[in-house]
Amino acid sequence: MSTAIRVDDLRKSYDGVEAVRGVSFEIEAGEIFGLLGPNGAGKTTTVEILEGYRTRDAGSVDVLGRDPATAGSSWRERIGVVLQSSSLYETLTVREHLYHFAGYYQGPRQVDEVVDVVGLTEKRDSRVRTLSGGQRRRLDLGLALIGDPEVIFLDEPTTGFDPEARRRAWDTIGSLRELGKTVLLTTHYLEEAERLSDRVAVLRAGEIVALGPPAQLTSTLPATEIRFRRNGQEVVLHTEEPTRTLHELTREAVEAGQELEGLEVRRASLEDVYLALTERSGE
Amino acid sequence: MTLFLHELKTELLLYTRSKELAFFTFLLPVIFFVLLGSVYGDGDNIKGYRAPDYLLTGMLGYGVAATAFSGLAIVLVIRRESGVLKRLRATPLPASVYIASVLLTSLVAFMVEAVVLVALAMLLFDAGFPKSVVSAVLAILLGGSAFAVLGVGVSGLVRRAEGASAVITALYLPLSFVSGAFFSQENFPDWLKAVADLLPLTYFIDLIGAVMLKGVQLWDRPEDVAVIALWGVFGAFLARRYFRWVPYEG
Repeated sequence: MSTAIRVDDLRKSYDGVEAVRGVSFEIEAGEIFGLLGPNGAGKTTTVEILEGYRTRDAGSVDVLGRDPATAGSSWRERIGVVLQSSSLYETLTVREHLYHFAGYYQGPRQVDEVVDVVGLTEKRDSRVRTLSGGQRRRLDLGLALIGDPEVIFLDEPTTGFDPEARRRAWDTIGSLRELGKTVLLTTHYLEEAERLSDRVAVLRAGEIVALGPPAQLTSTLPATEIRFRRNGQEVVLHTEEPTRTLHELTREAVEAGQELEGLEVRRASLEDVYLALTERSGE
Repeated sequence: MTLFLHELKTELLLYTRSKELAFFTFLLPVIFFVLLGSVYGDGDNIKGYRAPDYLLTGMLGYGVAATAFSGLAIVLVIRRESGVLKRLRATPLPASVYIASVLLTSLVAFMVEAVVLVALAMLLFDAGFPKSVVSAVLAILLGGSAFAVLGVGVSGLVRRAEGASAVITALYLPLSFVSGAFFSQENFPDWLKAVADLLPLTYFIDLIGAVMLKGVQLWDRPEDVAVIALWGVFGAFLARRYFRWVPYEG
């Protein structure tokens, strides 16, 4: 497999404040890679350097064999971009918009096909002005796909969506995998990163604090967490042997004629890893 | 070239669909012309022209400032701050093709406006057909281009989309007055005349009057042409220096 994106010791400061502090990662062609982190962690700065919008202070960056800072039109043919905020011509219809952007590329996809992919078939002749927030985001995604790019950057593509709209967007983004596209996705929704990404990098205060497949990240914490209250005090246990631990706990409680108040048993999720990693950002 | 025509086609479509552009920058000069033209009497004389004739040259001047300059500047500020320009930068569309097509769109809009104003002058106020047609067309092209380039340049100086339209109107409307778009500068105090003598619109209105009403040729007015062109160059300098694709805010 070839490498689509390579970032090595990337650094960027704004007015003396380091927003990105030595970030390195590689994304394989055909991979969906999630960049996860709270607001201000440096996600957008990193992505916009890769898109060619921002300059870097140090480090090297390679997208499809080119340095985005100096790459031209022929490189832009091969990338698709969804910016963090929707930016569209309000008075064009969905199809006019896609048709207009299709004209920028040498080998664009069919407009109607893209309309279907992003689920705007019923809205195809409606003006952008009349679209809901979720529908606008889907048009943004359609515009990113219209040039049939190899690499697609999605900067918080579902922020502000209701759960239903988010699930539909996930299906669409997931379908890019079948098309063999390389996707770099930023999000602050854990579920989104977990659902969509082959690998996730957790970014905190400009540094990568964890990197790997979602399953591997969750395995860094003990498998099961048991919580209950004893004498009003919260007790949290982590155990590799949940059956035995739970059995012992409940036997003791039954023998003592006590109730384990607020008993909860759950597997560690990516959220636990994320919180454990990002909690220190309040320092 | 194909790409340029593709972009131009959509720009023209966007222009015709914009209510704000249609009213403030395109229709307003037409409305002012009809209103003011009805107020001035036939016997009135301004700078040796019949009042409605003088008003036609003034409204063409106001029109070039409203349509080519302010319309384009406002659109570019709004597109920049709403992220549309930033989004375009991620496509293979070359910057030069984009700028050329928005400039040409403004120029086309102003030419249509000029035709409408001249036709109204002939229909409503017994104005004659422009005496030097070729020179009139050239003067309109020259003025339209210079003011559109100034619009691109000034768009880079306005930082916020909110109120962009008010700021730009506050710029071109007083300048139109001082340049004699609405009435003659003959009774201006000396200091105001001195200001007017620096403004491109003063020269454009004089030039239009000379070619359309007196039948003078464009090339016989090198001073007017030079001043207008120089302001265009200044606009290009501003554009080069201040035009940007990404929003100032956010």
